Amino acid sequence: MKLITAIIKPFKLDDVKNALNAFGITGMTVSEAMGFGRTRGHTEVYRGAEYTIDLIPKIRLEVVVDSADAEKVIDVIVKAASTGAIGDGKVWSVPVDHIVRVRTGERGVDAI
Amino acid sequence: MHFLMGTAVSAVNTATDATNHADTAWILASSALVLLMTPGLAFFYGGMVRGKNVLGMLAQNYVTMGTVSVLWILGVYSLAFQGSNGLIGNLKNFGLNHIWMEPTGLSLTIPPMVFVAFQLMFAIITPALITGGTADRLKFGSWVAFSSLWLILVYAPVAHWVFSPAGWLAKKGAEDFAGGTVVHANAGAAALAVILVIGKRKGWPKERMRPHNVPYVLLGAGLLWFGWFGFNAGSALSANTLSAYAFVNTNTATGAALLGWIITEKFRDGHSTTLGAASGAVAGLVAITPACGFVSPVGSIVIGLAAGAVCCLATGLKNIFKFDDALDVVGVHLVGGILGALLIGLFGTAMVNGANGVFYKGGWTLMGHQALAVVAVVAYSFVVTYILAFILEKTVGLRVSEEDEAAGLDLSQHAETAYESATFSDGSRFLSNFTSNN
Repeated sequence: MKLITAIIKPFKLDDVKNALNAFGITGMTVSEAMGFGRTRGHTEVYRGAEYTIDLIPKIRLEVVVDSADAEKVIDVIVKAASTGAIGDGKVWSVPVDHIVRVRTGERGVDAI
Repeated sequence: MHFLMGTAVSAVNTATDATNHADTAWILASSALVLLMTPGLAFFYGGMVRGKNVLGMLAQNYVTMGTVSVLWILGVYSLAFQGSNGLIGNLKNFGLNHIWMEPTGLSLTIPPMVFVAFQLMFAIITPALITGGTADRLKFGSWVAFSSLWLILVYAPVAHWVFSPAGWLAKKGAEDFAGGTVVHANAGAAALAVILVIGKRKGWPKERMRPHNVPYVLLGAGLLWFGWFGFNAGSALSANTLSAYAFVNTNTATGAALLGWIITEKFRDGHSTTLGAASGAVAGLVAITPACGFVSPVGSIVIGLAAGAVCCLATGLKNIFKFDDALDVVGVHLVGGILGALLIGLFGTAMVNGANGVFYKGGWTLMGHQALAVVAVVAYSFVVTYILAFILEKTVGLRVSEEDEAAGLDLSQHAETAYESATFSDGSRFLSNFTSNN
């Protein structure tokens, strides 16, 4: 099993969610995040005072999938989240040792 | 106010026989307009603070509407406007007893009770202006105590000196149509004094404290602009040509100041900002307040442009001198109020009302009166406010604890928060579901 984590632009959440639903994933976790990549942030000016905004708002989306599906799910996310502009985000995956469905106690792929 | 020159209105007291219904209706409407300025100010300021302090800001402004409304009836109106002593009035109109008596030295075409209502609204917004300088760090209860005492110890005497014909500055010939010295320079000097007593916000100037809601600021500025027509044109205390001059001059200077500010920041910072447009409008309103009934509309354009540019640059003073005037009450109200009061000395013209200034062959006499009024009001306000704030800080404490400041005034002072946590693009809420009830 793999945990796929995607950092995406907030306004792309609906597109990515719909694309993943269409692919047939069974669940996801979404949280608000702040961060920067190579783009860094931007500068704002209020009454002459400059503010460097380092951390810009992003959405962190997490999905656990069967290892066999991981590459395809990553492709789905990348395709749906892409605008071609800087700051589109990152997607990565890591191995998952255990997963348990709390209600039934099912383990492994059955619990996804 | 135009009557301060002692020329525009006869000093003969004709009492209530002279009541003019049109004037009465306009001043009652103006009173309501001026009241609306304080909620406008609350949002103008509220948008500029961080999201954890917005309710604290709104609360300080609204509670001032409460306390001043009561104190005004219980003696403060009387101290400002009744009595022939040049320094402070008496308590003959305490509780608005004997309110058939006209305010000392005035011959009104409106019932004195209408004058009470109109002047009350000025007394509400003046202490409220201070909250912008002290933003994010005052205890709520201490603000109530401070602003109440300040109303009695600073506002009442200064209003008496300038607005009452019996006041010593009015007798000297100082002109202040609607409160450039009494309201703006006074509140600005007081804000500076309190700021120096309580110190800077934790983290300032290193930590970023950007405005949390610029649209609120613009909304507030719009309400201020609207209400200010009552403030300035109402200060003619009549519905006549002079009030129309005040109205047009107010709008003209405000428009010019908006342009002056955004042009200045375009050259300095590279962008014209919405916050700059709102700030410039307010700077223009401030500067034209003392002058609106004494200058020509072309004079108003110059005063407005100057106010926009000068106040824009003056907001940088706090960074040079390291005083945390959070929302630029010094840069906009102290500087703008002084600027407007002094520019009457140049642009004042008897063709509109009052004495001639330097540009109308009046020489420097009027400028001398204006400078005296500015120095007297600013010095008195700063010194008395500093002492008052110092005593309160050492006794009940004006400033919140470090922990309360970090938590924000909304939560620490009022046990409320203004906003649920941030929303997603589709409007659904997320983190707010995690709040618990213990």
